[in-house]
Amino acid sequence: MKYKGRFGDYGGFYVPEVLMPVLEELEQAFYRFYEDEHFVAELAQLSKDYAGRPTPLYYATRFSEHVGFKVYLKREDLLHGGAHKVNNTLGQGLLAKYMGKTRLIAETGAGQHGLATAMIGALFGMETKIFMGVTDIERQSVNVHKMKLCGAEVIPVEGGTGTLKDAINEALRYWTAHVTDTFYLFGSTCGPHPYPTVVKHFQTCIGEETRQQCLEQIGRLPSMIVACVGGGSNAIGIFSAFLDDKDVKLIGVEAGGRSLASGKHAATLVAGRVGILHGAKSYLLQDDEGQVYETESVSAGLDYPAVGPEHCLLKDTGRAEYVAAEDAEVLDAFELLSKSEGILPALESAHALAFLCDQKGKLSSDTIVVVSLSGRGDKDVSIVEKRRPLED
Amino acid sequence: MSNGMKTYKQVFSELSDLNRAALIPFFVIGDPDFDTSLAIIKTAIDAGADILELGIPFSDPIADGPTIQKADIRARNSGMNVQKAMELIRKVKDYKDIPIGLLMYYNLIYQYGTEKFFADFHEAGVNSVLVADLSIDDADEIATPATSAGLDTVFMVTPNTNPERMKTIASKTTGFIYTVSLLGVTGSREKLSDAVEGLVGKLKKLTSVPICVGFGISKPEHAAAIASAGADGVIIGSKIVGLIEKNLDNRGKMLSEISTFLGGVKSAIEN
Ligand SMILES: Cc1ncc(COP(=O)(O)O)c(C=O)c1O
Repeated sequence: MKYKGRFGDYGGFYVPEVLMPVLEELEQAFYRFYEDEHFVAELAQLSKDYAGRPTPLYYATRFSEHVGFKVYLKREDLLHGGAHKVNNTLGQGLLAKYMGKTRLIAETGAGQHGLATAMIGALFGMETKIFMGVTDIERQSVNVHKMKLCGAEVIPVEGGTGTLKDAINEALRYWTAHVTDTFYLFGSTCGPHPYPTVVKHFQTCIGEETRQQCLEQIGRLPSMIVACVGGGSNAIGIFSAFLDDKDVKLIGVEAGGRSLASGKHAATLVAGRVGILHGAKSYLLQDDEGQVYETESVSAGLDYPAVGPEHCLLKDTGRAEYVAAEDAEVLDAFELLSKSEGILPALESAHALAFLCDQKGKLSSDTIVVVSLSGRGDKDVSIVEKRRPLED
Repeated sequence: MSNGMKTYKQVFSELSDLNRAALIPFFVIGDPDFDTSLAIIKTAIDAGADILELGIPFSDPIADGPTIQKADIRARNSGMNVQKAMELIRKVKDYKDIPIGLLMYYNLIYQYGTEKFFADFHEAGVNSVLVADLSIDDADEIATPATSAGLDTVFMVTPNTNPERMKTIASKTTGFIYTVSLLGVTGSREKLSDAVEGLVGKLKKLTSVPICVGFGISKPEHAAAIASAGADGVIIGSKIVGLIEKNLDNRGKMLSEISTFLGGVKSAIEN
């Protein structure tokens, strides 16, 4: 491996020997192509014409009135597929194509990354297998169907609680047996090096656009950027352009699940301890001996016990701050954005909005906050319906 | 090596005098429960095991197929943990002084404290600790504390490891090279992987460190073929763990099937 893939002491590549050659191959390909003229041009074209970049920065007037400060939404929900995930799958998918790989595999929780991978599999004519926990298959059935319509095979994973962690375990096992022809299209800024770096690279467009749009539309940088954190890809994508702007506060919102006290949550940075899972050192939800906990969250996309290594470093250095939003607050925020703006946010993204609701009365009225609206909520309608039945 | 316990070196040199490969069964410690697990391991020793490869169950065994995943779950459900694993190892060593290699996922070691883990388990009678999710590139994280604890080092080589890496791995290995016979996770396979013979041959040319082969081996013929390819040991996991799973309701049958199977492998690698 050319680089260590460390963010402070976090990250690295804690994987079995059998995966080292493919990770090295991926690292090599990434550094060979990511600034390659043809690669960059092709990715830019597809990002625009296929995915729908740039996405708007929208001033949410009525939502702002409710919370009492100025809220801008970075509209990743408007992208093809319904989430920021396509930024990454286009980038890695193109990398797979340049590497001559013929098969894509991916894990998925909410099904957004699975769908975004299935789309790219169809786009490039590659065989696609998506590993998904049985619990998630049930709660995100619309996305399962969409993936299949795009021609992907969805492989149900039984282990553990049938959520994202179990899907990653199984995808890694499959990859181990098919290293020669298979490209593992990892969905977030975690896992072994080089994934945290690769995924971040393809998500930095969120932050770059946001920064420029703030300057053009508002004439200044925001006071605060807020994003939900599962593995951490939409958050690092939007944070990345502001890391040197010390006056811009960066807030990551994790899944508080039922509540932190109940232990039924996925608030890794808030409540975890450093450990090693899925190839990387990071904060981790685990028992005293190091067995990894099963997490719980209303949003499948945040239901994961580890987190991206760069976020761990940002937490330790204090450059970013991490908080948790509980399921009930998240559902309130989901309803509020839907009612006030006519925008249904993904339950993942609604975590970021829940933090804003919590800030009501705490921030001055001229404070400008940008929220990464990482995805749209169509996939979550049936969950919300169950948890919050509408009165006739 | 300290405290007078039997070393890999002694075992491999005794066996090489007899021109035989080592029989190395793998078990998940505490599968299906503490007492049965101890009885199974004793049975394996009586059936002719030369070295034991033991795993402490982990919540996320990414290098393992369904058979060993289920064993991990059985063991954890019956209350197995790191402390009790040490206790069980002590009891095995009381029964017989046989070299023991631990096969671990890194997080359990990291949480315990790497240096303390190696020291405590060496004291309990362990000869080496192979960390499934730690590559040779990060070997120093464990090689130094392992050596100062008096442990031998064991690392993996897989069919896609290039010769340069093989050399590096051999140079950092003092126990044996755990040679993975195929591209894939643990689990019995009907056929022996085509890669084995070439892989053992390549390694034998590169190094004098003992070469043991594991993953997928499920028949006495497989073991015989590996031994005649020149390997110094044969590691059998999923096949015998599967015999535990199959006979969960009949301990007598479980022990006798494991004994019969290992006895068959032992005779197959005897000549
Ligand atoms: C809409 C949406 N936002 C956020 C996430 C969480 O991922 P990350 O933290 O990598 O942005 C997901 C994951 O599925 C998602 O679907």
